[in-house]
Amino acid sequence: MAEIAAPVHNWDKDPILEVQHLFMRFGGLIAVNDLSFKVGRGDITALIGPNGAGKTTVFNCITGFYKPSEGRLVLGHGRAPTEEELATVTLNGERALVGSNSGVYLLERMPDYKVSGEAKVARTFQNIRLFTGMTVLENLMVAQHNVLMSASGYSLKGLFGLPSWNSAQKQATERAKYWLDKVGLTERADDPAGDLPYGAQRRLEIARAMCSGPILLCLDEPAAGLNPRESLELNELLRAVRAEHGTSILLIEHDMSVVMEISDHVVVLDYGTKISDGTPEAVKHDPRVIAAYLGVDEDAVEDVEAVLDEATGTQS
Amino acid sequence: MAVDTAHSAGAVAGSGSSILPGALKDAFLTGLIALGLLGPLVGFETVVIDGALGLAYRPLVVAIMVGIIFAGRLILNLTVWSPNRPPKAQAGPGPIARGVVAISPAFKPALFAFAIGFPLLAAAMTGGLSESRYLIDLGILILTYVMLGWGLNIVVGLAGLLDLGYVAFYAVGAYTYALLATSEPVNAFFASFLGETFWANWAFWFCLPAAGMFAGLWGMILGFPVLRLRGDYLAIVTLAFGEIIRLVLINWVDFTGGGAGIASIPRATFFGIPFTAGEDGFAALFGLEFNPMHRIVFLYFVILALALITAFTTVRLRRLPVGRAWEALREDEIACRSLGLNTTNVKLSAFATGAMFGGFAGCFFAVRAGFVSPESFTFDISAMILAIVVLGGMGSQIGVAVAAAVMMGGMEMLRNLGFLKQVFGDSFDPSLYRMLLFGFAMVAIMIWKPRGLVSSRDPTIYLKEKKAVSGSLVKEGHG
Amino acid sequence: MDVFVQQLINGLTLGSIYGLIAIGYTMVFGIIGMVNFAHGDVFMVSSFIALICFLLVTTVLGITSIFLALAIVLVVAMFFTSLMNWAIERVAYRPLRGSFRLAPMISAIGMSIFLANFVQVAQGPRNKPVPPMITDVIVIMERDGYQVTLAWKQIIIMVLTTVLLAGFWYLVQKTSLGRAQRAVEQDRKMAALLGINVDHTISLTFVIGAALAAVAGTMYLMYYGVANFADGFVPGVKAFTAAVLGGIGSLPGAVLGGLLIGLIEVFWSAYFSIEYKDVAAFSILAITLIFLPQGLLGRPEVEKV
Repeated sequence: MAEIAAPVHNWDKDPILEVQHLFMRFGGLIAVNDLSFKVGRGDITALIGPNGAGKTTVFNCITGFYKPSEGRLVLGHGRAPTEEELATVTLNGERALVGSNSGVYLLERMPDYKVSGEAKVARTFQNIRLFTGMTVLENLMVAQHNVLMSASGYSLKGLFGLPSWNSAQKQATERAKYWLDKVGLTERADDPAGDLPYGAQRRLEIARAMCSGPILLCLDEPAAGLNPRESLELNELLRAVRAEHGTSILLIEHDMSVVMEISDHVVVLDYGTKISDGTPEAVKHDPRVIAAYLGVDEDAVEDVEAVLDEATGTQS
Repeated sequence: MAVDTAHSAGAVAGSGSSILPGALKDAFLTGLIALGLLGPLVGFETVVIDGALGLAYRPLVVAIMVGIIFAGRLILNLTVWSPNRPPKAQAGPGPIARGVVAISPAFKPALFAFAIGFPLLAAAMTGGLSESRYLIDLGILILTYVMLGWGLNIVVGLAGLLDLGYVAFYAVGAYTYALLATSEPVNAFFASFLGETFWANWAFWFCLPAAGMFAGLWGMILGFPVLRLRGDYLAIVTLAFGEIIRLVLINWVDFTGGGAGIASIPRATFFGIPFTAGEDGFAALFGLEFNPMHRIVFLYFVILALALITAFTTVRLRRLPVGRAWEALREDEIACRSLGLNTTNVKLSAFATGAMFGGFAGCFFAVRAGFVSPESFTFDISAMILAIVVLGGMGSQIGVAVAAAVMMGGMEMLRNLGFLKQVFGDSFDPSLYRMLLFGFAMVAIMIWKPRGLVSSRDPTIYLKEKKAVSGSLVKEGHG
Repeated sequence: MDVFVQQLINGLTLGSIYGLIAIGYTMVFGIIGMVNFAHGDVFMVSSFIALICFLLVTTVLGITSIFLALAIVLVVAMFFTSLMNWAIERVAYRPLRGSFRLAPMISAIGMSIFLANFVQVAQGPRNKPVPPMITDVIVIMERDGYQVTLAWKQIIIMVLTTVLLAGFWYLVQKTSLGRAQRAVEQDRKMAALLGINVDHTISLTFVIGAALAAVAGTMYLMYYGVANFADGFVPGVKAFTAAVLGGIGSLPGAVLGGLLIGLIEVFWSAYFSIEYKDVAAFSILAITLIFLPQGLLGRPEVEKV
C-alpha cells in the first residue's frame, strides 16, 4: 500500500508471521489468491473482510488444517528470521530451523498438531469447539497435554503415581487456575464446559488456547454472539494477554468496535485477495474497503480503482 | 407400531369418553401387520419329505401369536398409551441411573466383596465344591465378559472409536497361547535345560503377557489403516478385519489347525504346580484332598484378578494425559489437533490398550477351555461385547460390569428353562432361542435406554467439588 | 479364453444380485446415514418367503408354467419383504432417529441377529434345497469339449436387474417421491419445514430397498436352488461392499459396485483360491473404505473445520 513517507511499521520491522504468496484452491474455486501480509510481533492484527472473503481459509492454512496450494508461511520464534536462515530451511526441505533463542518454522510444511505443539500457534474456532462433556478444568488440562505427557513418562510414571508426575500435574493445575481466574471462570471450574453460557464458552476457548503456551494466538471471530458488555471484556482480556504474556494475536472479526478499538494493524480481504493493509485509521478511509463493505456496484468500483491507481501509481 | 395412530385415533374419539373404537381399530391393524409378518415364515414350515421339499402348516401357532399381539396392543392402548392418562413428566436421570448413582459409593465395595467371596458362597449354596461347578463356571464366563467389556470400553467408551472387530484381539490372545503352549520346538527348547514338564507347567504364565502384548501390537497394526476413518465406516472396517482374521484362522490349516482348531492345550497351573492328583500336584503339596474343582476355583480368581487389573489400569489411565486425550478425542478431534495432540498416537494408544486387554482375556479363554477353534470368535461375540459396553453406558465401568452380569446371566438362564418343555413339548429346545432373544434384547435395550444404564460421566480432576457430567453433554465420538 | 467368458457371465449374474441388495444399503445410508446391518438378513428372509411361496404355488395351486409361478413368487416376496422392512424401520429404527448415533447401529445389529435366528427357529437350521428350475442353457462357444453356456436364468436375472434399475432410477430422479427423498437426504429438518412428510419418505425408502432385496432373494433362490438361515450375513457384507465401492448414496454406483464385486469374487475363485474368496471380499471392503471412501461414483467429502 502506498502511504507516501509512511513510518516504518512494527509488522515490517519485526514480523512474527509472514504470509507469502498464499494460494488456496478447492477444485476450480480459488479461495485465497496470492495473499501476502505480515503479522507484527506483539501486535494485535485483525483480518477482516466481507463474508466469504476467505478469512477462515487463511486461518486454516496458517494453523495447518489445510495444506496451501502454494505459498510460504514463515513463523519466527524470538526474532524474525534472516534471509540466509530462510533460504536454508526452504531449500533443504526441513520444517523448521531451531536455534538457541530463535527459530524459524515453515507452517505450510507442518501437520496441524505440530503447528500448535511445536510452532506454538494456538487457535480458536468460529463455531466454538470445546470438549463439552468434560469439565472446564479438564479442558484446560487437555490443552497442556504435550507437557504433561512427557512428565508422565508416557503414562508409565503416571501409572505408578511417581512424585515427579504429581508435581507436574500440580503445576499444570496452577496454570489452569491462573487462566480460569483471568477469564473469570474459577467458580465454574468443575462444571461441564457444555453447561456454560455462550460468552463464557468463548472465553474458555481462549483460556484453553492460552494454556497450550502459544506465541501467536489466532482467534476466529471471538466476539461473535457476544453482547456489548462481553465485547468490552473481551477487549480487556486480549489486551491483557498481549501485555502480560507478549503473545501476538491474529484475529478475524466482524465487530468493528472490537477491530478498531484494539488492533494495531488491519488486513482486509475480499474474494481471496488483499485489498487493504495498514493501521486501523488508514484502512477505515480506504475507498476500496468502503466499496467492498458497502457493495458499490461494479462500475463504481472500477471508477474508484481508476481514480486510486491514478492517484497512487501503484497496485497492491 | 402405529403409536401415533393410537394417539390421534384416541383424540378424534372425543374428550376421552370412549377410546375403545380407536383402540380396537389400531389393535386390529397391528394384528393384521403381525399376520403379514408371521404368516409366511411361522405359518408354513419347509420340511424335507422323501428327499423333496414340502410344506407343513402351523396355523394355530400363527393364530396364537397374532392373538397375543392383538390383545397386548389393545390392552396397552387402553391403559399405558391411553390419551386419558396424564403425560408423565420426565425430568432428570431415570430411576435406574439415579439408583446406580445413589448406591454407587457402597455398590463398588459390595460388588468387589461379592466377587471375592463368590466361590465360597456358591459352594455353600449348592452344598459342596463339586456341586458348585456350574455356578463358578458361570462366574468365570461373566467375569470374562466383564473384562472384555472393560477392554472394549477403552476404545468405544473413552476414545469414541466404534470397533466391531474386537473379537479379533480375543482370538489373537487365545491363539497366541494355544500355538505357543502346544509348540514342539518351544517345549523342546525349555526341556533341554529346565526339565521336561517345565513348559507345560509354566506356559500360561509366560504366554499371558506375550498374548497381551501381541494383541496390543495387532491393535496398532489394524488401527493404523483406519486412522482416517470415522463413524460407521470405522465400524465396518473393523468388522471386516475381525472377519478376515477368523477366515484366515479357518483356512490356514497348516498353522492354525483350521476349522478343527487346536486341542489339548496345557491347563493352568498354580504358578507351576499342576492341578493333578499326582504327588507333586496342587492338592498333595497343600495337603488337600484332590478335587478337580481346585483348578476351576483357581481359574475364577485368575480371571477376577485380570478383570480387576483392567479396571484399575483404566481408572488410572483416565486420570493421566493419555486418558484425557482419549476422552478429548471422543469430544472433538479437531479441537484436539488445534491443541497439539497427535491424534494418530492417541487413537493408536487406545486401540492398542483395548486390544491388549482383549488379548489377556483371549489367553485366559484358551487356558480355561483347553481348546480353541475359529468357531469361538464369530462376529456375534463382538456384537455381544459391544452390546455390553453400550448397555452399561459408554465409559462407565460399573455399568459395564452390571450389564455383563445381566446379559451373560440372562443368556445362561435360558439354558435352564427345562420346565418349558412341559409346556411346549419335548421338541422344544430353549437354548435355540438364546440368540433370538439376544437380538431382540439388543433392539429393545436401545429403544428403552439408548445411552445405557449409567450415562453420566465422572470428571478426572476437580478443584473444589466433584460433579458428575450429565450424559446429554458427553459426546459419543465419531467412531 | 472360454473359461474367462464363462466366468464373466457367472460374475455378471452374481453381480446383478449383489447390486440389487446394494441399492437397499445405499438408499438407506443416503437418507438416514445409517448402515442397515439387517439388510442382508432381510434379503435372506425374502428368499425364504419366495421359497414358501414357490412351494405353495407349485404343489398346492398346481401351477405348472414356471414363468407364471416365478412372477407370482416375485410379487408375493416383494410384498411381504417390504412389509417386514417397513415394520423393522418403524419398530427398531424410528424411535432412535435423532438420538445417540450409535443406537440405531446397535439396534440394526440386534435386528440382524434376531432375523437370522428367527428363521432358524421357525424353519430349521438345515439347507432348504429346491428342485432346479429353468435348466435350459444357450451354448455360446464350444472348444475341446468345454462349453461356454449362458443359462436362461442368468438372462432373466440380468434383464430383470436392468429393468428394475431403470425403473427405480426414474423413480428417484424424475418423480416427486424421488425429489422428496433427495431433499430429506440433504436436510431433514428443512424438508419437514417445507411440507415433506419425512417419516413417510423414509418408510418408503425402506420399502423400496426391501422390494429390491426380495427380487434379489428370489433370483438367488432360483439361481442357487437353496436357502439357508445363515445366508444373510456374508452376501449382506458383500452387497454393502458393493455400495461403498460404487460410492454410497449413488444408485448406479451400487449396481456398478455389485457387478465389480461379483466379477472379482468369481474370477478370484476361478483363478486363485476358492477358500479365500470371502477374505478377498472383506479385504476389498476395507481397502475401499480406507483409500477410496467416496467410492467410484460418489462425491469426495471435505473436512469442515
